[in-house]
Amino acid sequence: MTNVKEKGPEVTFTEPVESGNGMKTQEMVINMGPQHPSTHGVLRMELTLDGEIVTRAVPHIGYLHRCFEKHSEAMNDYTKVIPYVDRMDYVAAMNNELGYAIAMERLMGIEVNERVEYVRVIMAELQRIASHLLAVGTFGLDIGAFTPFLYCFIEREKILDIFEKASGARLLYNYIWIGGLMNDVPADFKTDTAAFVKSFRPKIKELNDLLSNNKIFVDRTANIGVLPAQVAVNYGVSGPSLRGSGFKWDLRKDDPYSIYDRFEFDVIVGNGEMGTLGDCWDRYIVRVWEMEESLKIIEQALDQMPEEGDVQESIPKKIRPPAGEIYCRTETPRGELGYYIISDKSTTPYRVKVRAPSFVNLSVLPAISVGAMVADMVAIIGSIDIVLGEVDR
Amino acid sequence: MQQFLESFLPAGPLVVFVFSIIPLMIILVYALFAIWLERKVAGHIQDRLGPMVTGGWHGWSQTIADLLKMIQKEDIVPAKADRFLFKMAPFIAFAASYAAFVAIPFSSGYIGSMIDIGVFYIVAITSLLSVSIIMAGWASNNKWSLLGAMRTAAQTVSYEVPTVVTILSVIIVTGTLNLMEVTEMQTGNAFLGFLPNWLIFHSPFMVIAFVLFFIASLAESHRVPFDLPESESELVGGYQTEYSGMRWGLFMLTEYADMLLLSLVGATLFFGGWNSPFGSFMDGPVWGAFWMLLKGMLLVFVMMWLRWTLPRLRVDQLMNLCWKYLIPLSFVNLVLIALWELIF
Repeated sequence: MTNVKEKGPEVTFTEPVESGNGMKTQEMVINMGPQHPSTHGVLRMELTLDGEIVTRAVPHIGYLHRCFEKHSEAMNDYTKVIPYVDRMDYVAAMNNELGYAIAMERLMGIEVNERVEYVRVIMAELQRIASHLLAVGTFGLDIGAFTPFLYCFIEREKILDIFEKASGARLLYNYIWIGGLMNDVPADFKTDTAAFVKSFRPKIKELNDLLSNNKIFVDRTANIGVLPAQVAVNYGVSGPSLRGSGFKWDLRKDDPYSIYDRFEFDVIVGNGEMGTLGDCWDRYIVRVWEMEESLKIIEQALDQMPEEGDVQESIPKKIRPPAGEIYCRTETPRGELGYYIISDKSTTPYRVKVRAPSFVNLSVLPAISVGAMVADMVAIIGSIDIVLGEVDR
Repeated sequence: MQQFLESFLPAGPLVVFVFSIIPLMIILVYALFAIWLERKVAGHIQDRLGPMVTGGWHGWSQTIADLLKMIQKEDIVPAKADRFLFKMAPFIAFAASYAAFVAIPFSSGYIGSMIDIGVFYIVAITSLLSVSIIMAGWASNNKWSLLGAMRTAAQTVSYEVPTVVTILSVIIVTGTLNLMEVTEMQTGNAFLGFLPNWLIFHSPFMVIAFVLFFIASLAESHRVPFDLPESESELVGGYQTEYSGMRWGLFMLTEYADMLLLSLVGATLFFGGWNSPFGSFMDGPVWGAFWMLLKGMLLVFVMMWLRWTLPRLRVDQLMNLCWKYLIPLSFVNLVLIALWELIF
């Protein structure tokens, strides 16, 4: 029997407030996180509760701050930034690398060959599926459905196996380099990927049967956390969270980078099918159908991919970009990831600023969570799909 | 049973002690088995294997290993907690659920006490569970625990109504509250010559009554989709947040004991209790205990199946379901069953 001797802080209550029916209720301030199972990392939400209803929500961030920008400036080499880029959005590392590589290539005026472009696109889209699987699975977990989460992980595992064969790593790949790739894909890459695409299609239907159209799930997510398109644009929300509000904006279509203009695919937007436009269910279902669109891109890319090509032929011997600056944005699974790089013509970046989609998307949280219940807060955070590594950098 | 014990034990307190400890033994062995089963069920539903290593065959002793670990855990009482209530709560919770087993007829030869108000007693004594959970939540001095406890109070009080009304509709048919007599009424094959004489086959409305009872008992025992008091993805651990070691283990044991209790009540009221499904084949006091526990375990299995398939309701939806659907339905069903009894 242990008695913890140190006394904790006094429990504080706010002044009683009028609740409209002549009765006074006492509001309670409660910390959701940083150690909480459903904040997807070390996010702290300071909630003011009236019973179970949230009257105010303030997100507090910074628990995972790792000085990315300062590290980049001290790296003495542009290539050495790539592993740090991996560690920002650690569930979609390929997309982060792709954004950084494209930014650097534009800054230096490097053209990469066709094979590199196709491998990059396939990797990025596979990573998008893996990331969306995680988002969809953990969203189900937040709502209380445990099993879809593991089903998603089984599929994600297959993608990670493909990545592992190519890069040797399962989470943080350091695979897409400035001007090329770390190494060529293995010989069975095409068959592996094609087999995955074939086996994954029916799983989306399975997921919809098990989770998306489940009555309890729909009740829990429809009409919750409604984010109107106007508000979303005002806050700078991007990615599936923005498209869930019915706003058709996808950088792969609207500002094509790499070779995305060669592929046929649709931009999925929410349509308020189960409730109001822009609710949690819309944001969720956009991710589900985006996986299908990514499959389409992968199939086309596999067909068009050239067999031959040296993936390292355009990698510069010494990376010393001309003095100047560049802002380059790409569409990651979470939205618009922008790199702002300033070069002073040395081998060390002068400044690497990241416009992280999770950080911007998180800022909309206080605006859409007032009036929700504690259980809805969990759903809203899950539907925004933040990665705290990227928020705090 | 008592005579059987007296045949080899000296009469007196020892017999009474052994007699009364039997349900506890059943609960403990069942809990070890059920927690293992839950993991296996979860594993197989989720396309994995569950525990496979500890003890050899399919990890059969995983729960025992966990129990031993739990006993060794440090027992932490938060500094600001109300120590007395905090420590008492798990015991009251388990006592409430254990005490209810006294009125369950495990077989034709064993029932803890032949009280005439059996079902009523079970309903009454299990209400103590919500008291203990509120105690735990309030005494922890943790806001998450408090939220969990508030939810429990609302949930348990609400769902007791449909539970009691569905039980009442069964009582209209049986005319007795004594579960032993209820079971004896269901002996033999009556319906269509081959269906056992169980109450669920008595009328179509009894099937509805069973479904209502099962949903309400899911909520009573705080299982998914009604596991709001301890909803781990929202309230961290609900009222269990501050508990550790064996005190937490007691809450866990209570949850599983509650599942079994309500499943056994369901089996007794609707599925013939200790009666064999094959008439007089495999009948008798020992087979009776087997059938009773098998029926109970089947219902427990369905609860596990639901848990690993469904998401969780929100607290207001839970209340809506209870007050807007279950309670009116169960009252209508009560009237229909009463009419059926009057006509046939």
